[in-house]
Amino acid sequence: MENLAAAPEQPIETASIDDAIAYLKSNHPGAIKLDDRAGYEGIIVDPDHLVDVARVIRGELGFDYLSSATAVDYLGEGDHMEMVYHAYRTGGGGALVFKAQTDRENPAIPSLTSVWRGADFQEREAWDLYGIRFPGHPNLKRILMWEGFHGHPMRKDWREAYYEEELKPFDSRWPGGHVHRSEEKNVFGKNVNYPTDIDLNRLMDSSESAVYESLGLGVDVERIMDKDGFETNELVVNMGPHHPSTHGVFRMVLTVDGETVTSLEPVMGYLHRNHEKIGERNTYLHNIPFTDRLDYISSMGNNHGYVLAVEQLMSLGRKYNPPTYRCEALRVMMVELSRIVNHLWAIGFWLNDIGAFFTPVLYFIQERERILDFFEAVAGSRMMCNYMRFGGLFGDLPERIKSVSNLTNDRVRDYNTMQFLTEMINERIPRTIDELELLLTQNEIVLERSVDVGVLSAEDAINYSAAGPLLRGSGVAYDIRRADPYSIYPELDFDIAVEEEGDMYARYRVRVTELRESVRILRQILPRLEATKGESIWADGKPGAYQPRVPHGEAYGRVENGKGELGYYVVSAGGRGGSSNPWRYHVRAPSFINLTPLGRMSQGYKVADIVGILGSIDIVLGETDR
Amino acid sequence: MYGTGLAKGLLLTLRHFVESYIDDLRYGFRKYHHSTDNFGIRQGTKTKGVITVQYPDEKVAVPERFRFVPFLIVEDEDHPTRAGKDWCTSCGICAKVCPPQCIWIVRGNDPVTGRPVPEPEAFFIDIDICMNCGYCAEYCPFDAIKMDHDYEMASYDRTSHHIHDKERLSKPNSYWRGIAPTRAYEEMLVRGTWEHKDAAKEARRGAASSARGRSSQPAAPAATVTSSAAEAAPEASAAAAPAPAAEGATPWSEDDAKREERRRKALERKARRAAKQG
Ligand code: SF4
Ligand code: SF4
Repeated sequence: MENLAAAPEQPIETASIDDAIAYLKSNHPGAIKLDDRAGYEGIIVDPDHLVDVARVIRGELGFDYLSSATAVDYLGEGDHMEMVYHAYRTGGGGALVFKAQTDRENPAIPSLTSVWRGADFQEREAWDLYGIRFPGHPNLKRILMWEGFHGHPMRKDWREAYYEEELKPFDSRWPGGHVHRSEEKNVFGKNVNYPTDIDLNRLMDSSESAVYESLGLGVDVERIMDKDGFETNELVVNMGPHHPSTHGVFRMVLTVDGETVTSLEPVMGYLHRNHEKIGERNTYLHNIPFTDRLDYISSMGNNHGYVLAVEQLMSLGRKYNPPTYRCEALRVMMVELSRIVNHLWAIGFWLNDIGAFFTPVLYFIQERERILDFFEAVAGSRMMCNYMRFGGLFGDLPERIKSVSNLTNDRVRDYNTMQFLTEMINERIPRTIDELELLLTQNEIVLERSVDVGVLSAEDAINYSAAGPLLRGSGVAYDIRRADPYSIYPELDFDIAVEEEGDMYARYRVRVTELRESVRILRQILPRLEATKGESIWADGKPGAYQPRVPHGEAYGRVENGKGELGYYVVSAGGRGGSSNPWRYHVRAPSFINLTPLGRMSQGYKVADIVGILGSIDIVLGETDR
Repeated sequence: MYGTGLAKGLLLTLRHFVESYIDDLRYGFRKYHHSTDNFGIRQGTKTKGVITVQYPDEKVAVPERFRFVPFLIVEDEDHPTRAGKDWCTSCGICAKVCPPQCIWIVRGNDPVTGRPVPEPEAFFIDIDICMNCGYCAEYCPFDAIKMDHDYEMASYDRTSHHIHDKERLSKPNSYWRGIAPTRAYEEMLVRGTWEHKDAAKEARRGAASSARGRSSQPAAPAATVTSSAAEAAPEASAAAAPAPAAEGATPWSEDDAKREERRRKALERKARRAAKQG
């Protein structure tokens, strides 16, 4: 507070995080205390004052972007539930972390949807998976599980159907590992807990009615007359989940007035596997290949965000060596190549959605295959790369991209790795981008379908926590690689792609610019790789341990992935001196949160545009549903 | 003029179509001929036009680091002292590090003393659950488990074929050196010998103790531990650093005949397995 008094010329909306916290404390004395648990940051806010404090944080302090809101169950570690919020300024800089605690028995925390609309889906997720109620939420119902599901699966005391042990590695595997299949031991139904009052023969499914309820149906299904006197019916149309243009098992429930969409409600969770629960049973290392399966188009980026979060935690300990320069350069190269793959894929399938069926996308996939060949030779797999490790990588680049004829696979290739890369980066990828632009940018059909369709304003984009090309296509120049830089991005020369219009075409333009910027970054990486040739990818020259102990604390690692901001909130708790399994492992999935504004973006457009609008957001259901 | 953008795009598709044939002419249709050079051209960065691989008539050989389901290394049949012995010591690290926990190991125990012996009694991998992450191979301290390149494993009945037991998992060391020569070479450099760590240690100890005349067992002299004369150089002295210049050291120096032979054997193995699965 003295600080604040001493530097009055610093406007409060750009003040440092510490000053901002001091300001909050002076404003709301008694409602705020510092989070002083070892390795934790930010403040703990009294739930009764949460909404007021959040208003100040957003309005006066300028933290206009709510990146992540998630719950933690501290069963046995204080026995409370906690909501953790990470708010950022779109002008750049670090997070203001604030938390609110509630008891486990009857958890309730006021909803922040009135402050940031981006809290909508995230609070529904916390209700669904943790059972925390959010008074004030306009539509608090389950989002990943179905309505009528018994229990809240992320709670520490909730056990899944094939539950074996609290934490991996399981004792039954070694030394007395007599194999069996889980389904043989747990015959279906045996370890499902039914509530005592349930009658299985008269089971009712309330999930459908819950979906329609929020659309306000039953009141207005009456016939209505439109302006020109044509008689149109208000109809409910289900698009998906089994529909080729929803990019996976995703469903949209629309009400349409004639051809015009009056409201849209996304319904998801068909691919839900409780990734986070699996992640909390896993050890830290186990999680890396699981992150590949989130956004399976850009697994390198997923790896990167996760290892950054765990490295942040590890750096709290005494024995920690940050990755070497070569390691960082390789990481950046891999994620930029993934970004190229991602954007080629996104643009290609978006074109499928608006009717350019498969010709463009096949041209792009052809180039993607080259990049995947490279991933396969370096990391061992085309899509499930599992390439990054804490403090290092799976391996350095091989000398040659080379296959050995074996078994029946006899078509052999043999390239020099660096030459292959150089040719890809300097010739092939730029040529593809040129072709892509020639094919699409001035194409009249693309223009007519996409200009002024699916418009999202800059304010809405920020308010709804949109991220990535969706945010930048609405004129907000927010790119984590610049706003909150990590790895070696600060020393690389590249521009943030922004377009002002906020329509589908603007998002397409952003992606094209980002493709070019990625090539620009890759061109700067090549000489760095040459210069560091021979340097180890591990700080101390040898691979890290397979069961690292991670010091007590929390970390939020986030990266700018192809689809937007990908964040990992990881908590290490339980046990002195750290843990080998994460206590909390949360994925802030851009494909999930970017759907929050979908309903708003679709209102007033035609049914045929909806698929295109969804395609222009670029989601992948592995990440949406987790 | 309205439609120009569209026309330009259409010209591009036409160009792609024509370029395929120009490329064919440029390489005199060699692109389709079965040889390394030609296939490299077709799949390389310079090629233009259509580049489809006609799977399953043609199959791309996978790169060395490619990972599918793991297999266990056993010593070659013609190894003088350890023929058919597992490289695995049943230390259990792979089972711990496996993310979906699909490795099951029964540690071997000496029937007389009851003490653990460094060889697994049983070893299972449930390949339905295996997520092909490669951790087991990466963290095994004895280089005893490796990722296989054989990816055609579909079968009609998962319950009877998809839990691989030790017999199904085991493949000779020479197979690994065949499918991944560079990596086998790098691993040899780290271990300091082409042999299993323990074999090398034993040989050293054997040599030392027989020199002192206290050995009760006939210890294998260091020079005979090697499996073939061609590999002799690195092990001439197990303690000395390997000499990479020697034959067997350059991983890609194998001639085509040998490779052809190996491929034939692998095909036979595969056919046998298919017959067994019915
Ligand atoms: S880690 Fe290697 S030696 Fe240890 S049990 Fe697994 S395969 Fe055997
Ligand atoms: S590859 Fe991965 S999932 Fe498969 S057995 Fe090895 S460690 Fe387990």
